[in-house]
Amino acid sequence: MKEFLEGSHAIAEIVKACRPGVVSAYPITPQTHIVEDLAQMVANGELKSEFVNVESEHSAASVVLGGSAAGVRVYTATSSQGLFYMQEVVFNIAGMRLPVVMTCANRAISAPINIWNDQQDSISLRDAGWIQIYAEDNQEAVDFHLLAYRLAEDKRVMLPVMVCMDGFILTHGMETVDIPEQEKVDKFLPPYSPLYKLDPAEPISMGLLADPDYYMETRFAIQETMKESLGYLSEISSEFNGVFGRDYKDLLVEEYQTKDAEKVIVAMGSVCGTIKEAVDQQRAKGKKVGLLRIISFRPFPYARIYEVLKDVPRVAVLDKAVSLGGYAPLSVDVKAALYGKKKGPKVVSSFVAGLGGRDITLESINEVFRRLTAKEVSSDFIDLKPELLKEEYGR
Amino acid sequence: MKEIRIHARAGQGAITTASLLGFSYFNEGKYPYAFPNFGAARMGAPMNAFVRVDDRPVRLRSQIYEPDYVIIVDPTLMRGFNCFSGLQSDGIAIINGREDLELPKLKASQKVFVVNANDIALRNIGRPLGNTALIGAFAAATGELKLDNLIEVVGNRFSGKAQEGNIKSVREGFEFVKNNLKG
Repeated sequence: MKEFLEGSHAIAEIVKACRPGVVSAYPITPQTHIVEDLAQMVANGELKSEFVNVESEHSAASVVLGGSAAGVRVYTATSSQGLFYMQEVVFNIAGMRLPVVMTCANRAISAPINIWNDQQDSISLRDAGWIQIYAEDNQEAVDFHLLAYRLAEDKRVMLPVMVCMDGFILTHGMETVDIPEQEKVDKFLPPYSPLYKLDPAEPISMGLLADPDYYMETRFAIQETMKESLGYLSEISSEFNGVFGRDYKDLLVEEYQTKDAEKVIVAMGSVCGTIKEAVDQQRAKGKKVGLLRIISFRPFPYARIYEVLKDVPRVAVLDKAVSLGGYAPLSVDVKAALYGKKKGPKVVSSFVAGLGGRDITLESINEVFRRLTAKEVSSDFIDLKPELLKEEYGR
Repeated sequence: MKEIRIHARAGQGAITTASLLGFSYFNEGKYPYAFPNFGAARMGAPMNAFVRVDDRPVRLRSQIYEPDYVIIVDPTLMRGFNCFSGLQSDGIAIINGREDLELPKLKASQKVFVVNANDIALRNIGRPLGNTALIGAFAAATGELKLDNLIEVVGNRFSGKAQEGNIKSVREGFEFVKNNLKG
């Protein structure tokens, strides 16, 4: 049924429909409303789940690790500093092949402290062994949680999935969302049946020491599963479409007006909505521009990206994160996808925008298209304020 | 597409106002996107809430700089800040304030309605939360939303005494502007 809902509330509704047996999270802006709503649902008896109150994100991640190891479907959510505080457990969850699903309400990283949106938090954990998918709007954010559980718990995958949604823009944004019906959810997502679990009746150990004779193979195995997951994403997406009638194609990328485009922006998340508006406006003026939206950041769909961009003369990669001292993270992967090929764009320029909640307007996007010239640029910052950049040393 | 910008201080209910407007548009078959922008995350700090509404899902995610409509919940914000910035030349502003409120000079084609929403709220709800009176005024001033729909939405949002008081406030806000328009 279509409803007018806040993004966070919509996420709580879909998580409830997924019937997790354990929910544990520590509140942090802009994730807070999601877990407040879930706590209320558990207290009201609407959701039969163990809601574990914890004193920190490190503990929240540890609780869902333990819950998942005990064979239960689990859920957590966080943002920014909270995700970083979870970090060592986040790597453990992937290394132990536990199908945890987490929402990352994307927010900037301190210092300086900033509660607003960019994507530095989840992108900084790209190497953790979690599948990461980025939502453009709240319908996607809802649907992606369902897809995330199916993917994570697939016996061929057994990896955690992080659903990334832009903080405030989506979490605090109210819009029309179709919350899937419980019967359909149950049909699409049957109860979790683990391959192995911690069970006193049949004791096993998990997360043990792997010495140099064993460690590398664990990493190789995850890497191989990640590559194979590119195909599973498409497979599960097609099944989802069959049940719910919403088509996310291969769930790797979305092509928007890219076929004959001379300039294409590559980006992730909610900013893609703004870019689509800009593309429509420029197309109306006869400009051949387009958008390639990355949905799956890990695994990264290198081959699909090459296929879309191989005949595009100029490409701009728009990052809402930086790698200080290096090229912007999304641009590195996009360039890698294009490197060493016979065909490909003449120019792949990289732009950084929207850090710490700096508003990305239609004009910001038009500026990216303007700066996408024959001269390639790297990590070119959009919407900087020069008056704030005057240096003063000492006195 | 129509764009509404609400000026308030954190704690004055601007998000509720935006969501009530959003619900009302939703009920009338539109696709609203209602969202806040916080300044400093503390009570009393100036903040904005926005509603962007269209006949199809809204994709544009930026804040609103050239609104069709402005709602000013707290007129003291007008002292240090241009709340009318970017207001469309045929735009409409609804301001919570007393009759003698000093206004900046606006274009002749722009309309301003000063509604003593706090007074209306104090009388009906017992607290100076003028939001529901302001959305009533908004509906009358813009013709964008039906009064019955607003009353239904406000009725769903509140219960008990607050429900009764807020529905009265919506009506009074609406009537005030309607009478004002009759001249």
